[in-house]
Amino acid sequence: MRLRRISLFDIFNYFLLTVFVITIIYPFWDMLIRSLSTPIDAMKLGFYILPRLKDLTFDSYAIVFTGGQIGWGYYNTTFRAVVGTVLMIIVTMAAAYPLSKKHLPYRRGITIYMVITMFFAGGMIPSYILINWMGLIDSRWALVLPTLAAVFNILLVRNYIMAVVDRSLEESAEIDGASDFTILVRIVTPLCKPAIATIGLWSIVGHWNAWFDAMLYINSQTKEVLQLMLRKIMIENAQGPMDRYRDMALSMTRKQYAPDSLKAAFLYLTILPILLVYPFLQKYFIKGIMLGAIKG
Amino acid sequence: MTTLAQRRGFLGNLRKYRYLYLMLLPALALLFIFNYVPMYGVIIAFQDYKFMKGILASRWIGLDNFIVLFHKDSFLNALRNTFMISGLRMLFGFPAPILFALLLNEVRMGRFKKTVQTISYMPYFVSWVVISGMMIEVFSLQRGIVNTAIQAFGGKPIYFMNDPGWFIVILIGSGIWQGLGWGSIIYLGAIAGINPELYESAGIDGATRLQKARFITLPGMYPMIVISFLLSLGGILNAGFDQIFNMYSPGVFNVSDIIDTYIYRAAFTGSGVSYGASDLSLATAVGLFKNVIGFGLLFGANAVAGRLTDYTFW
Repeated sequence: MRLRRISLFDIFNYFLLTVFVITIIYPFWDMLIRSLSTPIDAMKLGFYILPRLKDLTFDSYAIVFTGGQIGWGYYNTTFRAVVGTVLMIIVTMAAAYPLSKKHLPYRRGITIYMVITMFFAGGMIPSYILINWMGLIDSRWALVLPTLAAVFNILLVRNYIMAVVDRSLEESAEIDGASDFTILVRIVTPLCKPAIATIGLWSIVGHWNAWFDAMLYINSQTKEVLQLMLRKIMIENAQGPMDRYRDMALSMTRKQYAPDSLKAAFLYLTILPILLVYPFLQKYFIKGIMLGAIKG
Repeated sequence: MTTLAQRRGFLGNLRKYRYLYLMLLPALALLFIFNYVPMYGVIIAFQDYKFMKGILASRWIGLDNFIVLFHKDSFLNALRNTFMISGLRMLFGFPAPILFALLLNEVRMGRFKKTVQTISYMPYFVSWVVISGMMIEVFSLQRGIVNTAIQAFGGKPIYFMNDPGWFIVILIGSGIWQGLGWGSIIYLGAIAGINPELYESAGIDGATRLQKARFITLPGMYPMIVISFLLSLGGILNAGFDQIFNMYSPGVFNVSDIIDTYIYRAAFTGSGVSYGASDLSLATAVGLFKNVIGFGLLFGANAVAGRLTDYTFW
């Protein structure tokens, strides 16, 4: 390979991109160091470039784990992510398969019925009134049921089936006497694995990061999701949870306690699962945008 | 000429394809309940809706809510802020991922490029609760790194999150910061689709890197740029609820209250909207107004997209 001359532009370019990367990493790094600092270090001013290694402590994590209700937060967030995603995939596959059949009567009308919901919505208050009327206020299902029929996903999978699944495969199965359900489960679904991975991962991340619906519909502390717990301590500065952490901290360490460390530890416990997996799964996420760009 | 399906008749079709329709049923029913029923609920925008009375027993007042709305300074202010924040986002935020994609495209070290890309997606995968929480810390008066640096150089600390001017800067800036990497994917995809022979023949003709970027790469991205621009124009009424709701505070309501935050407060707290009383009908009227205008904008933008490029949104 021919060696290239490194121009002034290259130096500038690498420099600029490196600075950008640092601005992204720094806030995350700052939070990480804060969460691992002793109370004395955490209250000091200054840049947290490198921590003093011998002073690192997991106390803040221990306090957050034992002192608050983060266990409920994990349970509720995992519940909506897992149940919501599994059911969404079932509803999506079941709807996408019939719509992939060009000969299905009223296919166009059904598609229009679906697409309309992408452009018009009743909005926050009519939805709230509906959830209330259904008796779903303060129920975990209020965070799951409205998300199950995802029109964008249905259209995406429908297009995928039309592009990937060989008609003759279905036809020969039909001749062998296979029912539509059997064809969907045994033949179409296995061929759609990449598309399912894409919509499934999007759904999990979406549920993991969702907070507004829970803020509207959930009242009980034991049904609160992680994001909302984090919002309470970091953004609303709610006294209740912080007081609990303080009491726990003082009883555990019998020393000072730094609210900043506890907030940072909570933040990390919220984002860690996502930060650990997204670099390895990014190709599936990216595939989602590319598939979405293909029109149906 | 009648098709086979027409000759079979509605019930005949239903019977013949009953299993396929049965599969569609859950999705159709869920959409009916959670999307169409709330659309019907929008009629409370034309009522003096009382939660206790319900939709059927509440009093009809026609367009009164809308008339009241357009006489409210607080609403007009939210409307103005929505356009201003969206406008600033388009002005500064729209070109950013394009520039980022162009710069990344010039990077030859594969490992470096891949690392920068992966890290640039990071803020996109966490919620605005998390990012706003981090921003509040980074820009905080006493402990934030920015104010620490300002003081280290002998400056006076700035109350970033509570100063109206600075708040807008941070709002727009962190918005760009969050979406830059992810937003560049579609442009990098467009660049990947450019025929490599174009670069080769340009190289033989002695074109410089800048010329290649200017006359091959940028034109290759053109349809994507037009589409994204029109798409963001169509979504101009969405000024970023998640971000603003987690960042703003009463001190900066004046410059940062947008239509969506206004709806929330009108419905659930009443603060800054009326005198402490929540008003579900008024909030719904705002939502309806936004939805109708937003749909018109999107439709118009799509028509323009069809004229300028081979693509449309749907």
